[in-house]
Amino acid sequence: MNVLWLQSGGCGGCTMSLLCAESPDVLETLEGGGVSLLWHPSLSEASGPEVVAILESCIAGTTPLDVLCVEGALLRGPHGSGRFHVLAGTGRAMIDWVRDLAARARHTVAVGTCAAFGGVTAAGCNPADACGLQFDGDAVGGLLGAGYCSTSGLPVINVAGCPTHPGWVLETLLALALDGIVASDLDALGRPRFYADQLVHHGCSRNEFYEFKASAEKASDLGCMMEHMGCKGTQAHADCNVRPWNGAGSCTSGGYPCISCTEPGFEEPGHPFFETPKVGGIPIGLPSDMPKAWFVALAALSKSATPKRVRTNATADHPLVTPVIRKTGLK
Amino acid sequence: MSRRVLGPFNRVEGDLELSLDTEDGVVSAARVNSPLYRGFEQILEGKAPADALVIVPRICGICSVSQSVAAAAALADAMGVTPPHNGERATNLMLATENLADHLTHFYLFFMPDFARDAYAGAPWFAPAEARFKAVRGSAAADVLPARAQFMHLLGTLAGKWPHTLSVQPGGSARAISATERVRMVSLIRSFRAWLERHLFGDALEAISGIGSEAALWAWFDAKGPERGDFARFLGIARELRLDLLGRCEGAERYLSHGNYVFQGERLFARGVWDGAASTLLDFAHEDVTEDVSHAWMEGGVASHPLAGFTQPDISRASGYSWCKAPRWRGEVVQCGALSRQVVDAHPLARDLVASGGGNVLSRVIGRLLEIARVVPEMERWVLGIEPGEAFCVDGELPDSAHGVGLIEAARGALGHWLVIRKGRIQRYQIIAPTTWNFSPRDARDQPGALEQALAGTPVGESDDMPLAVQHIVRSFDPCMVCTVH
Repeated sequence: MNVLWLQSGGCGGCTMSLLCAESPDVLETLEGGGVSLLWHPSLSEASGPEVVAILESCIAGTTPLDVLCVEGALLRGPHGSGRFHVLAGTGRAMIDWVRDLAARARHTVAVGTCAAFGGVTAAGCNPADACGLQFDGDAVGGLLGAGYCSTSGLPVINVAGCPTHPGWVLETLLALALDGIVASDLDALGRPRFYADQLVHHGCSRNEFYEFKASAEKASDLGCMMEHMGCKGTQAHADCNVRPWNGAGSCTSGGYPCISCTEPGFEEPGHPFFETPKVGGIPIGLPSDMPKAWFVALAALSKSATPKRVRTNATADHPLVTPVIRKTGLK
Repeated sequence: MSRRVLGPFNRVEGDLELSLDTEDGVVSAARVNSPLYRGFEQILEGKAPADALVIVPRICGICSVSQSVAAAAALADAMGVTPPHNGERATNLMLATENLADHLTHFYLFFMPDFARDAYAGAPWFAPAEARFKAVRGSAAADVLPARAQFMHLLGTLAGKWPHTLSVQPGGSARAISATERVRMVSLIRSFRAWLERHLFGDALEAISGIGSEAALWAWFDAKGPERGDFARFLGIARELRLDLLGRCEGAERYLSHGNYVFQGERLFARGVWDGAASTLLDFAHEDVTEDVSHAWMEGGVASHPLAGFTQPDISRASGYSWCKAPRWRGEVVQCGALSRQVVDAHPLARDLVASGGGNVLSRVIGRLLEIARVVPEMERWVLGIEPGEAFCVDGELPDSAHGVGLIEAARGALGHWLVIRKGRIQRYQIIAPTTWNFSPRDARDQPGALEQALAGTPVGESDDMPLAVQHIVRSFDPCMVCTVH
């Protein structure tokens, strides 16, 4: 399966994250899955005219383009010209290259939230008029338009995340190579459901603090970060706390809130990232699928029932009170 | 005279285009174009100051922690806070992990594969170089990727993930390290050391950092030859190809380092500008920095200090040929990177290399590998120094109006953030990244940037549309094009 990888209005961080794949590493995984890289900007030998020849061969249909991966947002500015990213050596806007290649691709994959939805490149005043391949924030459309389908008949596969976990990208490519992906494998935002049907909350190491609404108040506190620190793990779709990052990590275990980076528009939450917006002391963003009245009732109950250990440790940076030792057998 | 346009370059981070004028088979003038503009400085305006910690790492996926550390330093400066000792140790460990991993990525994945190209097939060293360093297929890639990924477990623990952490805070690190995590990290660093000593150096790290002159370096090489390890393989190729004669910037023999790895008020690596022509170390003050937009697609008049600078793209500017501004120190072109850091810090090998041949393809690569050998033992000291149970982060108040400056060293060199806060919001945020220095366009005095100078005089074949000498020079700087313009 031929994969062509292009980078545009992003940071290259999804590729850097990909290099952290382990057991097996990224190159071995791709080789084992029968995936060959036609060109990747960080890994391949080819430069200059050799690269342009590969792109042109794909557009002409001479080289089968099984998967087009795009990393980074698509830059439409200034004034729709795409001149904020002209592919070096070609005099041609990257958005024009991407349009032509996407028309030929059997599958088109957006790697990262920038390529999927616009992402951080579209934040603030969106100076470069950035958008995703098939979404502009949460509006369907983007560069390729709402009606776009790759030649397989699928819309753009949005491996959203900022950055993407190496496993999300590799398992998407392996699924395409080994089994194929069908429409029902994607959620309503085009994200592969194997990781997007989970919540960041699942497996969070702070779950006991969450249960009792024992909350962190400042950076480095151990408590739940939902109430004060802006954490969106109970709403964000991803398996970050089930699938470790860099061996052992995740955002919430790294001491900081989930900012819901797999979601369109995460870059402009409408509030400072490290603060939880509230109305009447209740966070606006309640856990997914949780009725508000029940949340309020349960939160009040669990707060009043918080054990001293959990309450004390929530605002410390290391456990000050240890769990009681219990005999758990039936004796 | 003929002109040719080169690009896209791969194995540089981001997109790069060169325009070369040649006469009689030699580059007479070069122009560097950073062809991607995203506008992070504009994006940051009007945001809550702490939101910079979310936005700036996403400037660059390969220098992500560096951008975070620079932003945290600028915010800490504005807030008047100093991290506790554990916070400094954790921050230094995060920054060092990223910087060393970047050096490794550059050497094995970005730089060395060019010597495995078919164009070198006739060279006596080619067969082993091809087997070892061929892009994607070489044995080195298979060795380095697992080692690098395991080394990055340090960031899984310290930073939650890499890239794009939020553990780095103005008051220290949001991730307190427990006693058992401390010992686990010791073993990760020792495992990395063992890998480096086995594959990269074929010798103890201290033996490498103890090499005190160019003569001693070649004596070390000659003692066991290229089979000792990948560093020696590079030295063997470099001597054959005379890489020391490639990529010197005769007009920019000034080496900038902001200094790096602060602990208890001291920097492990010194701050300053080494004036190669005068063999003198000069003080660096950020007040001496200006950014010029005369040859960028940017609005603006005379060069201004970053605290007074702004970023407004203007594609119609006729004199522009890049989205990159031209930073200057006291009006002069400087170069930066690992070699500059080691020169400014007075490492005798780095000083000797620069005294004899300046910054060139050989000395820039040696600078990076020397730095790996010097920093790993410091990482061992930082991690052993961690005191579990003591604070990693202090709280602070963001003032309503303030300014802050954060000057640090990313893998590729001097990184500066300049921040102005008004009415509790970011009024101005200006960034100068390492490759902004190295790959800047011309300025109002028509002085070419460091790479532009390094390319002048390079021999290139008339029909060669992607000359390898040019590629070696470009990649010797380890450019990060996404940081350059941001």
